[in-house]
Amino acid sequence: MYQFEYHRATSVEDALAKLKKASDGKLVAGGMTLIPTMKQRLAQPSDLIDLGGLKDLRGIKVEGGKVVIGAMTRHFDVANSADVKKAIPALAVLAGGIGDPMVRYRGTIGGSIANSDPSADYPAAVLGLGATIKTNKREIAADSYFKGLFETALEAGEMITAVSFPVAKRAGYMKFPQPASRYAMVGVFVADTGSGIRVGVTGAGPCAFRAKDIEAALAKSFTPDAAGTVKIASKGLNSDIHGSAEYRAHLVSVMAKRAVAQALGG
Amino acid sequence: MAETGIGAAVRRKEDQRFLTGAGNYVDDIARPGQTYACFVRSPHAHARIRSVDTKKAAAAAGVVAVFTGKDVADAKLGSLFCGWMVTDRHGQPMKTTPHPVLAADTVRYVGDHVAVVIGESREAAAAGAELVSVDYQALPAVVSSVAALKSGATQVHKDVPGNLVYDWVLGDQAATETAFKRAAHVTKIDLVNNRLIPNAIEPRASVGDYDRGTDQLTLYTTSQNPHVHRLALSAFIQIAPETKIRVVAPDIGGGFGSKIFIYAEECVVLWAAKKIGRPVKWTADRVEAFQSDAHGRDHVTHAELAMDKDGKFLGFKVSTIANLGAYLSTFSSSVPTYLYGTLLAGQYATPAIFCEVKGVLTHTAPVDAYRGAGRPEATYVVERIVEEAARQLKIDPAELRRRNFIAPSAFPYQTPVALQYDSGNYVGALDKALKVADYAGFARRKAESTKRGKLRGVGFSSYIEACGIAPSQVVGSLGAGVGLYEAAEVRFNATGGVTVFTGSHSHGQGHETTFAQLVGDRLGVPIENIEVVHGDTGRIPFGMGTYGSRSLAVGGSAIDKAMDKIIAKGRKIVAHLMEASEGDIEFKKGMYTVAGTDKKMSLGEVAFAAYVPHKLPTDQIEPGLDETAFYDPKNFTFPFGTHICEVEVDPETGRTSIAKFTAIDDFGHIVNPMIVEGQVHGGIGQGIGQALLEACVYDEKTGQLLTGSMMDYALPRADDVPSYTVGLTTTPCPHNPLGVKGCGEAGAIAAPAAVMNAITDAIGAPLEMPATPARVWAALQKRAAKAA
Repeated sequence: MYQFEYHRATSVEDALAKLKKASDGKLVAGGMTLIPTMKQRLAQPSDLIDLGGLKDLRGIKVEGGKVVIGAMTRHFDVANSADVKKAIPALAVLAGGIGDPMVRYRGTIGGSIANSDPSADYPAAVLGLGATIKTNKREIAADSYFKGLFETALEAGEMITAVSFPVAKRAGYMKFPQPASRYAMVGVFVADTGSGIRVGVTGAGPCAFRAKDIEAALAKSFTPDAAGTVKIASKGLNSDIHGSAEYRAHLVSVMAKRAVAQALGG
Repeated sequence: MAETGIGAAVRRKEDQRFLTGAGNYVDDIARPGQTYACFVRSPHAHARIRSVDTKKAAAAAGVVAVFTGKDVADAKLGSLFCGWMVTDRHGQPMKTTPHPVLAADTVRYVGDHVAVVIGESREAAAAGAELVSVDYQALPAVVSSVAALKSGATQVHKDVPGNLVYDWVLGDQAATETAFKRAAHVTKIDLVNNRLIPNAIEPRASVGDYDRGTDQLTLYTTSQNPHVHRLALSAFIQIAPETKIRVVAPDIGGGFGSKIFIYAEECVVLWAAKKIGRPVKWTADRVEAFQSDAHGRDHVTHAELAMDKDGKFLGFKVSTIANLGAYLSTFSSSVPTYLYGTLLAGQYATPAIFCEVKGVLTHTAPVDAYRGAGRPEATYVVERIVEEAARQLKIDPAELRRRNFIAPSAFPYQTPVALQYDSGNYVGALDKALKVADYAGFARRKAESTKRGKLRGVGFSSYIEACGIAPSQVVGSLGAGVGLYEAAEVRFNATGGVTVFTGSHSHGQGHETTFAQLVGDRLGVPIENIEVVHGDTGRIPFGMGTYGSRSLAVGGSAIDKAMDKIIAKGRKIVAHLMEASEGDIEFKKGMYTVAGTDKKMSLGEVAFAAYVPHKLPTDQIEPGLDETAFYDPKNFTFPFGTHICEVEVDPETGRTSIAKFTAIDDFGHIVNPMIVEGQVHGGIGQGIGQALLEACVYDEKTGQLLTGSMMDYALPRADDVPSYTVGLTTTPCPHNPLGVKGCGEAGAIAAPAAVMNAITDAIGAPLEMPATPARVWAALQKRAAKAA
């Protein structure tokens, strides 16, 4: 690890002011990606601004048909929240399957979504539930948030403060882990929002995306087979030593099928 | 005595310190004034070094010294070497290559050692290493052994034309060809034995230390065989005479073979410690471990099995290309030859076998022994083709094995591939495995799986292992540069406690407990009064170390032989003190008795009398009770068994789960059944890892290591392996005093074939290891397309 200056932010404004002042500063939430990268000397930020003290960004509220999760809320807290389990059980399932216990105690929803790792779990739920990303500047709809590999709509000086998930009628999340890292090779979040079907996919492409063909099939018939029989085109999907684009395309249908079964209580 | 004697499941004495964080690993060692080494490694698979500029690094804050290939050449440091000279099919010695401890003018794999920066801290050394500027001229690389053999392939070393280190053969080619002419059926198979990265939980580490006053060098290092290291550092690397070098291998966190070998880094830190006059420490990080530990396996094989109309084996032909990497590691040449070809008879009475092996250089990390070393590769070929033959002939795989097993009455059995098996009861282990695994109930379980939409399959692996390579004379005649005996010293203290000094090395095997049980049982000393010392050339007699499941059969037998001498000397002392004839004195479990009298004397009392010899005629009986023995085995030992695996494949995702795994092993007599079971569990875990998850992958074009971290190299986790059902049969080894064989590698040898045979049975399509979900799914797609 290279040397860097450490700062502990006292507020969102303070964090962003310190970030602005730093020559090559980074905000650190749970640090589950940034810290290992720095330890391998692959990242060399001049300053780290630790958001760990921002208590206002931590917590879960259910209000007005929405589950609002503060950006600094740990995966463990989402997975074990009685409110989340009641309102959107699939979201608790998703959070409980991220990484391992150590990662879940440290990692945060804001950190995950800001990083937009192509195989992270949360992006599937953000798209699948049609969430709203709240920042210090504005609110961003899920559909216009994910832009590409590790690329989002966030601008310089912009920081996620919370994510608001509309409560769905029913929802399910299934992932197929990459055998080594156990990140999602493919993860599919299916939701019957009450005003339509949404299917968010992670792991398969450069960033999370919606599987519109499966949404259309499920709109006609919300059954596992309706999802499972949709053939997904492999063009543009990820391909590596762990699985071809064709395999990932196939898994999108299979995971969607199983997510629907889970949503139906199977 | 029963609760701590031979056969008792005694809890491991060493676990108190391991489980409470009181172990002493190499990285725990801190010497006064210690510095830290960081190696500059090649980012290229193949490149010429135009120049190395160390000026900036040497001037950086906290940097103590920088050394390059030129420095070690100027110091006339010797080359790393291969300690086993294989002779090829034309009677010519294999080709060898120089391997300087820091590269001279060419790098030959990603991670090759180019320079070392020594700093006041790990960070200072790492920062300094980034300032070393190496001007590389990148060259084309070849990483696959098959590609390296093609004409026109890039040359790895100019001294090895065509990248062919040797073309080695074993067996009677003419007899084998004749057998194939008589065959009613021939089964053919093509197999890849996937390349593995060992990944001991403790990465390699070394501390070099130099005492100016005594001119003594001490190397603390992660070694499975500290005396072999000392010999190499002295005779080959030429750092100092053996008398001036002490090698200490303290607590070691796993080796699996990868810590047998002599590596560049440990030579460099020891040499540099003297050069700069301060201790130098190096601890590999995980990325370095992936790149630079010797890898395992990497065979490409074609095999053919000839049978008569009843499925009786007539002849077996095997042709293998073995990837040896960019340089020949310490025992690399022997692994795909004498530890592989010699095992191709398996458990079968095949009358004619012929094997040819081409050892090939590529631009990849050196390949050497890894848990099983050659024997897993042999078992994989034999057991995959036997099962394929059973499928083709529509004979039950258990029945086909039974028809071809060497009969229990046929031992000693001379195989057509050099080994003479001393004992065995193969049908006994198979029968027990069939019963324990409820083979008869498989069809019912398969039907139940089918109902749930899953594909169920069953696979066998009836393996043979050869442990404790020996005798020294024979291995010497086959090209080994060392003897393969073991040493032990049993030293009584005056107050009756015993210290056992063993040349075996424990890096997870539990020797401190097993050897204490061995000694306690025979000498009647409570095991808490027995100290087992290993891993320090300054304390133990010249030992050969631990690998090839040899510690109990060879190291334990050496201890037993030393105990013979202790007992004999005690008998002399008792005879004198009791005024009896030596012939009348009996010894049992620590007590001497004089036949026909009620006179007796414990070994503890004898020890006291030996060290306080007021009543001994010391001109006839030397004081003290301290004996050393060297034991050279008469033959290998031959553990065997049958493993049966049942898998369930999810046809939608291709994911395999192991539904049931039964292992029946025969290790001869058992000292500590709990430790043996642990060794079997660990071995099977690694075997399942090879079958389902692990693969070292280099990019074919660039030679970059694509599986350079745990993010891409899949080691088995707890939920990847099932609960095993293990059991034993007991056929004692007839030629060592303990009747023991060796259990450390059996699981890793047997499991891959059992798992792959089960998957093949389940999906009805061929595929290679590792059987990842993606590969199984692709194989199912291919089968479906073919059927359509």
